[in-house]
Amino acid sequence: MKFKIFAAFIGPSVIMMILFIAFPLFSVFKQSFYLTQPIYELMDVETCTPGFITQSCVTETQSIPKLDEHGEIITQTKFVGLQSYRNVLELERAWDALSSGNWAGFGAIDFWKALRFTLTFTLITLPLVLGAGLGIALMINNAAKSVRGPVIFVSLLPFIITPVIGALSINWLFRGDGILTAAIEWYLQRDIAMFAQAWTIEVLMMLYRVWHVAPFAAIVFYAGLQTVNQDSLESAIIDGASRWQRLKYIIIPHLMPLIVFISMIHLMDSYRVFEEIVGFSSQGHVISLQWLTYDFLVPDQAGNRSISRASASAMLTMIGIALLLVPLLRRTWRDHHGGH
Amino acid sequence: MTLKTLMAAAAVAMSSTAAFAGCAIDNTVPLKSLSAGFEAWKAVTDAMGECGSFEASLDQEFREKQPEAFAADPSLYQIGGVANSTMIPLLNAGSIRPLDDLVAKYGQNLTPNQLIRVDGKVMAIAMMVNAQHMMYRSDILDDLGIAEPTTWDEVFAAAETIQAAGVVDYPLGGTFKTGWNLGEEFVNMYLGEGGSFIGEGNMPTINNAQGVAALETMKAMTAYMDPEYLVSDSTYVQQQFQQGKIAMANLWASRAAAMDDAAESQVVGMVTMSAAPNGSAAPASSLWWDGLVFASNMSDAEAEAAFQVAMEGIDSDMVAANNDAAVWLIPGYTPGKLAAGAAATAANGAAPYPASGPMGIMHTALGNGIADYLNGAKDAETTLADIEAAYLTAAKEAGLVQ
Repeated sequence: MKFKIFAAFIGPSVIMMILFIAFPLFSVFKQSFYLTQPIYELMDVETCTPGFITQSCVTETQSIPKLDEHGEIITQTKFVGLQSYRNVLELERAWDALSSGNWAGFGAIDFWKALRFTLTFTLITLPLVLGAGLGIALMINNAAKSVRGPVIFVSLLPFIITPVIGALSINWLFRGDGILTAAIEWYLQRDIAMFAQAWTIEVLMMLYRVWHVAPFAAIVFYAGLQTVNQDSLESAIIDGASRWQRLKYIIIPHLMPLIVFISMIHLMDSYRVFEEIVGFSSQGHVISLQWLTYDFLVPDQAGNRSISRASASAMLTMIGIALLLVPLLRRTWRDHHGGH
Repeated sequence: MTLKTLMAAAAVAMSSTAAFAGCAIDNTVPLKSLSAGFEAWKAVTDAMGECGSFEASLDQEFREKQPEAFAADPSLYQIGGVANSTMIPLLNAGSIRPLDDLVAKYGQNLTPNQLIRVDGKVMAIAMMVNAQHMMYRSDILDDLGIAEPTTWDEVFAAAETIQAAGVVDYPLGGTFKTGWNLGEEFVNMYLGEGGSFIGEGNMPTINNAQGVAALETMKAMTAYMDPEYLVSDSTYVQQQFQQGKIAMANLWASRAAAMDDAAESQVVGMVTMSAAPNGSAAPASSLWWDGLVFASNMSDAEAEAAFQVAMEGIDSDMVAANNDAAVWLIPGYTPGKLAAGAAATAANGAAPYPASGPMGIMHTALGNGIADYLNGAKDAETTLADIEAAYLTAAKEAGLVQ
């Protein structure tokens, strides 16, 4: 292909990537090293609150941002190096807690608390998603041709539901005396509160994520199953291989590239777990790294937000994903180049 | 709730094009407002819509949009609905205009109580007050021979009796949802103990005996509450009341009308409104107001029209039609028994919510940090020290602390 034609095809998407991915990423990276603040001055301000008959007024010294001649708040931006990263990681506090053997104290520091949950969530759901996905794929593959269409449709349903809506529905099914909690209470003859402690919420979140993502894995595996060499399968049957042996020695090795692919997608996705935290409103018990970034970014009622810490936290999340992907990427690299 | 808000928004959008029935002026200047979406705002914006050429956005997430929308030139909205805390970012950015001239010209019907002055200039027009106060099931308390509880100790004694009698699932309800709600509960308790949040140089001042006392009262409450308290917000507590699952709660005055809403409530006429229980210094509550502000970045002609339409929205006719929707500050309001709790709380000397820039950060730090104490992960002093540390980090980042 001529370079000109190649460039014409690839150009628009490169421009889009630069505009919508590379540029924001660079901007976040830069912001994590800078701090932008209004310039405050101290003023005595009288503020009044209406009562039922008269107002009560107090005069206090308040910090009021200075405005320029156009009525805009004057801000100053300064380079703070790794300060925002230090504020997110709180390494000193973490080290103090760890060196005095205070695990509870260590686990109560926001970043480490979030990292603990994010990693647990990611690593526990990964094998479950792969297993459930493969199971569903095999089920579809073995289903009679006449029902295959409906089976595929039904098993894909959870994946189609908007994540936040799905999480909210599960929340409502279990919250307080929701239908499912009431059912379990009736079955076990005891009072159950699913949202009163961290571990039950975590289990619900993981089950929800597996339920939600397994269909995606299933559909990819199902496509892979169509390309399994039928001759090898038939000769295996003639050799007397059991169903399990065929799965282990023929099908899974054949699907390995797809398993790596699903694992990578799942690691990237679930390390950014967020919808579950919001949907289950679990902030009191468990938080995730992505939620932490969001919390820094949401303005409080007085309009303050922590852009620099949010940027630092977002960069740390990216670094985390990159680290998680290293083993899988090395494997793919070996498969492509190591053989020669 | 969300559905209700949506329907309210739809209703407002339609009514703005409808006939100019209950409005004394015929407005031709296109006007827009952005406010919260609860019942009182629906009533007020409906009344404004009757003047014509008016479009209201009722949005529970209004506070995230308002500062940017009002900073635009020209402002995206002419009229804004704020509370004492959400006015701060607009005030700081200078994006709302002083109203003295407009009040002099068109504000004959306003009472001095409604004029919110900052540094002597009228910056907002208050229309209602709100506060958390005691609501209790008078039928249950009467049956068990319990007098109206006025302090937290009396509340706990009553809760003990109610629990022993086993007439409801949980004796107490509380808006303990992690985040803003939980922070607000601490603010109420701590004000009840007479504490102050921010000191000299915007330094935090909550790690003291009053702070510990406030936390301990909150922990004592949880023993009588639904164990899922960390996910229970105002709507959830309101529903627990309506479904007869709880007997007492320190709940928002704006939720009082819902108790007597026969369409939703099974306890119509059984819930009595009384003052917030007293801490050792004051009622464990904070006073809030809701009101109207007007953008700086609009022409004077628009400002005149906006102000006149707004005055029609908060006139006595609107109050007459929606008397129980809120505790109005507007002339013509007759406080019914639903307003008794808020009135008594204010009369007992409840403090106003100490809204300010630093307080916004403190509220967030409290809302995120207190769960660890209630869960038993930290003791009271550690919790307060960690909240102060979190506040300091955020306040330094915001440039409020050097």
